[in-house]
Amino acid sequence: MKRIFATLALIAAAGPALACETVTVGPLEVSQAWSRASIGTARPGVVYLTIRNSGTADDALMSITTPAADMPMLHQTVMTDGVASMPHAMEVPVPAEGQVALEPGGYHAMLMELTQVLEEGETFPVTLTFRDAGKVTIPVTIQNIGASEPTCPSPDE
Amino acid sequence: MRLTTLQKFLWAAVAVALVAVGAVFLLVDRSPEPIAQAAFRPTFSLPDAGGRLRTPADFEGKHLLVFFGFTNCPDICPTTLAEVAQVMDDLGDQAGKVQPLFISIDPERDREMGLAEYTEAFHPSILGLAGDAAQTRAAADSFRIYYEREANLEALDVYAMSHSPGLYLISPEGDWLGQFTYGTPASEIVADLQARL
Ligand SMILES: [Cu+2]
Repeated sequence: MKRIFATLALIAAAGPALACETVTVGPLEVSQAWSRASIGTARPGVVYLTIRNSGTADDALMSITTPAADMPMLHQTVMTDGVASMPHAMEVPVPAEGQVALEPGGYHAMLMELTQVLEEGETFPVTLTFRDAGKVTIPVTIQNIGASEPTCPSPDE
Repeated sequence: MRLTTLQKFLWAAVAVALVAVGAVFLLVDRSPEPIAQAAFRPTFSLPDAGGRLRTPADFEGKHLLVFFGFTNCPDICPTTLAEVAQVMDDLGDQAGKVQPLFISIDPERDREMGLAEYTEAFHPSILGLAGDAAQTRAAADSFRIYYEREANLEALDVYAMSHSPGLYLISPEGDWLGQFTYGTPASEIVADLQARL
């Protein structure tokens, strides 16, 4: 009950944009979707989020789409001998009874060719396609350009 | 021995793979070497966003906190710059004794896209420097850091750079003091700096 009130309070604070929403599809739960404000639209944006799998079978995030960008892609930042590179990720594994986070320095959804300026405090929808569970859409909260973690609490808190 | 087309193709694939493995070893070899005890004084000569040529001598009396990156880098560069911003805020009165520098490894594009507006979005104290290709390579070599345009994403029409993402600390005398690897918490960097200032 406390959690519901907390969620309601957050929703009320953010207006009709439904920031900090948690969505589910099959055994998967997606939460804490956030992005950083952009300067204009020339540079790529980014989306981070957490996926939990309460099911007994592995799944995988295969692709994302969003009206905010013409060319969204899944990437993984990898550090090899002190050098960071950012290969394209064909899929992001979501282990059975486990979770995976898209977070700074790891997996991330990169928004190439932004179609709009990402304004701090606003939200935009992102649709995730999972190999087995199918599609689900979640609102992404745009945080400060210097943000390094989600302001939305984990669904457990 | 006569080779079928398929066999020729397979041998060609083996050759390509061997070259690729060789390239990986070369890359690994170029990673930063352990720093010797002798004075190590990395240097640079690069224009700022206003076109003024900057060298370490311009920042006499200050510690330099140097980051190599590019403004098209959406994942780890903002994270590091945000950390630098946090460090500068937390230093309070002592912030004037530290000069954070953002050295572009993609200088032409970064100048076009607006270097100053990018660094200022994180913290007004961060100074962006973007030279030409030779100046940039010279600065990176001097700091013994690595950068390269990422070929694996080019095929997908994506422009990205791989690079060493650490923060480098230089003394007011120009000596290398050490590096904070990616992900070092701001509080640790602040504590290290406060012990030196
Ligand atoms: Cu990326």
